Formats: sequence, C-alpha cells, structure tokens
Amino acid sequence: MGIHPIPQRIIMTKNKRTPLFAAHGKLGARMVPFGGWDMPVQYSGLSAEHSAVRTQVGMFDISHMGKFRLEGTDILEQLQSLVPSNLAKLEPGQAQYTVLINPEAGIIDDVIFYCQSPEQWVVIVNGATCTKDRLWLEAHLSGVSFTDDTDNQILIALQGPQAVEVLQKLVSVDLGRLGRFAFVTTELLGGSAFIARTGYTGEDGFEIMVPVETGLKLWETFLALGVVPCGLGARDTLRLEAAMHLYGQDMDETTTPLEASLGWVIDWQKPEFIGHEVLRAQKAAGTAKRLVGFEVQSRQIARHGYPITLAGEPIGVVTSGTLPPTINRPIGLGYVPTALSAVGTVFDIEIRGKQIPAIVVKRPFYRSLSK
Amino acid sequence: MALEYPEDLKYLDSHEYLRIEGDTVVVGVTSYAVDQLGDIVFVALPEQGEVLSRGDSFGSIESVKAVEELYAPISGKVLAVNDKVVDDPTIIGADPYGDGWLLKISLADAEELEDTISSEEYKERIEG
Repeated sequence: MGIHPIPQRIIMTKNKRTPLFAAHGKLGARMVPFGGWDMPVQYSGLSAEHSAVRTQVGMFDISHMGKFRLEGTDILEQLQSLVPSNLAKLEPGQAQYTVLINPEAGIIDDVIFYCQSPEQWVVIVNGATCTKDRLWLEAHLSGVSFTDDTDNQILIALQGPQAVEVLQKLVSVDLGRLGRFAFVTTELLGGSAFIARTGYTGEDGFEIMVPVETGLKLWETFLALGVVPCGLGARDTLRLEAAMHLYGQDMDETTTPLEASLGWVIDWQKPEFIGHEVLRAQKAAGTAKRLVGFEVQSRQIARHGYPITLAGEPIGVVTSGTLPPTINRPIGLGYVPTALSAVGTVFDIEIRGKQIPAIVVKRPFYRSLSK
Repeated sequence: MALEYPEDLKYLDSHEYLRIEGDTVVVGVTSYAVDQLGDIVFVALPEQGEVLSRGDSFGSIESVKAVEELYAPISGKVLAVNDKVVDDPTIIGADPYGDGWLLKISLADAEELEDTISSEEYKERIEG
C-alpha cells in the first residue's frame, strides 16, 4: 500500500489554522490540508461521527469559511446584479443559498447571503475561494463598506436532530421559531452570536458565528453537553448523502448553475444580472451536460475524476463519490450528457480499469425525517 | 484502535504482514494500515490457484477515505482466499491479524523473506 508512515507531529505546513486548532489537537484529531487550511478530518472515526449527526448531534469547526459584512445604502440593487436569485424577496432575518457567477454564467462560488436589513448583509463563502470572492465582490460593489471577519470570528456548525435541544440550553431566544434559512443575533455565553438555521449535512441544525473568545468557550461547552466533534470526512459523507455540491469539485467556473442542476436558485423573473444572457440561452436550447446523482451497483466507490462510460466510451466524469454510512451504498455525483441524465438511466463507471454499472437516482440520496 | 505489531510476524514497508506457517504464508494488512484507512468498505482479492510474483498488485482495499493497491510480499501460488472478508470487509478492521487475513500463499523462494522486516523494525518505522 502507498500509505506513508509519517508521524503527524512532524508534518510542517504553511497552512492557516483556525482558532480551534489547539482544541482539535487536544481531542486527538487527525489533521489534513484543505483549501489552504489545516483542518480536522476525523476525531473518533468517520462512521461514528456521521451517525452522531444523523441520530444525535455533532459539531464541526468551519471557521475556515469566509465571513464578510457589507453595509451601504444602495447595496441590495448591487447585490441583485451579482446573483441569479432574487435577494429582494428576503425579509430581514432570512438567508438565501445562491451562487456568484461570471459573465459566462460560470460559477465563481456557492455562498449564503444573510439579510440583516436592506442596507446590511452578511455573506458566508467557501474557505478556499475566500480571496477570489472578496476581490469579485469588492470590484462589483461601490459605496459599500466591506469587512472581512474571517479571522476574528469562529464559525461552528451544530448539526443533528438534538441540535435545537442542545443550543436552547445556551440562548434565551426560542429556537423552535427559527425557520430553515432564518437567522438571529443574540447573546450566547456572554458574547454576541449570529445563529442561522443552516447546514451542510442534510440534517436539522445551526451555524453559529461568534467572536474567537466566545467560540473557544462554546466548543468546550458543546463538548461538555455531549456534542460529538466531527471532521471533514464525515462532513463529506453527510453532504453527499444530502446531494449538496462541493465547490471546486462538483462545480467550478467551467460549469453554469443549469449544468450543475442548481436551476432552482435562478429567478427567471429577474430582468438582468451578470451571466443572465448565457443562462437564458441555455434554458432555451437545453444544456449539453448535466450533474446527476447515481448509485453504483457494487461495493466499490466511484471517486472524483473516474470516467463515466457507455459501451466503453467515455461520456462524462464523476465529481464526488463515497460509500456513506447511513444509506450504506456507493453513491456519487457526476456530469453526463443531458440526454443520459434521466432517473433510471444506466451507464458504467470505470473503476480501476473495470466498467461497473451505475444507475441515475433521485437527489437527495438521503432525506431527514426530523427536519 | 491501538496499534499492534505482533512479534511472530514479518512486515513490509507497504503495510502488509506475513505469518509463516511452514511452507505456507498468511498475508494480511497491519493495524497501522487499518487505522490509516478508516472504515474498510471493499476488498478485491485474486482467485485461488493464481500465481503471484513478488511485487505484483494482487488486489485492492478500499475505505471511504482512500483506495490502496495490495502488493504480493512473496512469489507463490494462492492456496486460499479469505472469502469472509470479501463478503464483510469490516472484519479486516476489527481483527487484521486474525479473522481479517487476506490470502494464504505457498512459499516458493524462502530467500524472499530476507527482505521483510521484524516487528521491532516495522514499529520503529511507523512510530519513529
């Protein structure tokens, strides 16, 4: 096997570390480089962490994600030109998952916009694309004050059916009244916390943004309350069961939201936004390729980059694949010609030289009952 | 799982172990390999009767995290394949040195064993 016996302690990197780095070390986490950061990939083990989120409650340090605050009087109109979704529909306290796209409709990143008021917005973006997104936003916004809170805020995702019960012990606001994609700013452990009912696991839960000092206390408090620390390994199997995309893997600047099967983020009533001409043309003519979810008819995992084939000829490529603990069958996402994207279509995936059949299935692969 | 390096076994840098039983060698993967891989979900092994040359890839072992090739530690004929781990690869993780064995190979050239390392040397390479 090609596993290299290098003790963790001598690995030196120039990667960034979140303020919880020492806390991860204390828990014996295995650290890996991820998008320019040293992040925990697992603590107790992938399966146990995955199951904790599905059946109880787990937490993730996602402080590597970019956190921007925007303020300005003409901000809404400017943001509207940057995304295909209609942000004008958001009430203060509501958030929207959407994408930033370029004039070719290529996806720059997937992001969440949080409307505090029409003049005040929070944007949370992927860690690896933080600088690119910041430059894009700054180049397209004028008269807007832009604050990058990435390094002075801790972001913890608390996910699982018991997330409400656990977090409710620490805050006075009634979390039961906070709907999906709603958020609130409230006091938590003596600090000011931004709490959103969002996540990347397909399970109920919250993403909680707090100043570093409060965040360190919050991590320890959650541990004491029995919350299971979870790493990137479980985050990947959980998000894949929920068929949520990973930027840079399932989509990038060469794919449009329509090709990435994210058409639902587009508000076609919006007259204009960057990239809208390309999207309207694609909608009219149909896209050549499309992202699908598939199940492999074997126990082997179809991994990122494996060819998708038909009668031995390459027709597409796998972008994500795993064998996740809850559904316990190998699943994946990949691009195929649109003509071969219907549910029930059978093609092969080339796994180490062998053609293994796979079938297109409905996304998400897993749907929570407690959400 | 605690890392174990049973003293009666021979090891390879590539994390396979050998248990020599007369003219037969039992081959498996070490607890360090299992620890690094995490939950094992799939294993592909050769057919009984196949003849392997040392260094040949004879199969693969797969976890959610990674897929790794398995290399023949010695040359010889495959005398037995552990069908139980093919059906349930989690056995490898639970008991790599016992029920989680992979192959039994006939020992064709005892000199090849000279390139293996002892429990102590293997442990030294892993833990430093």
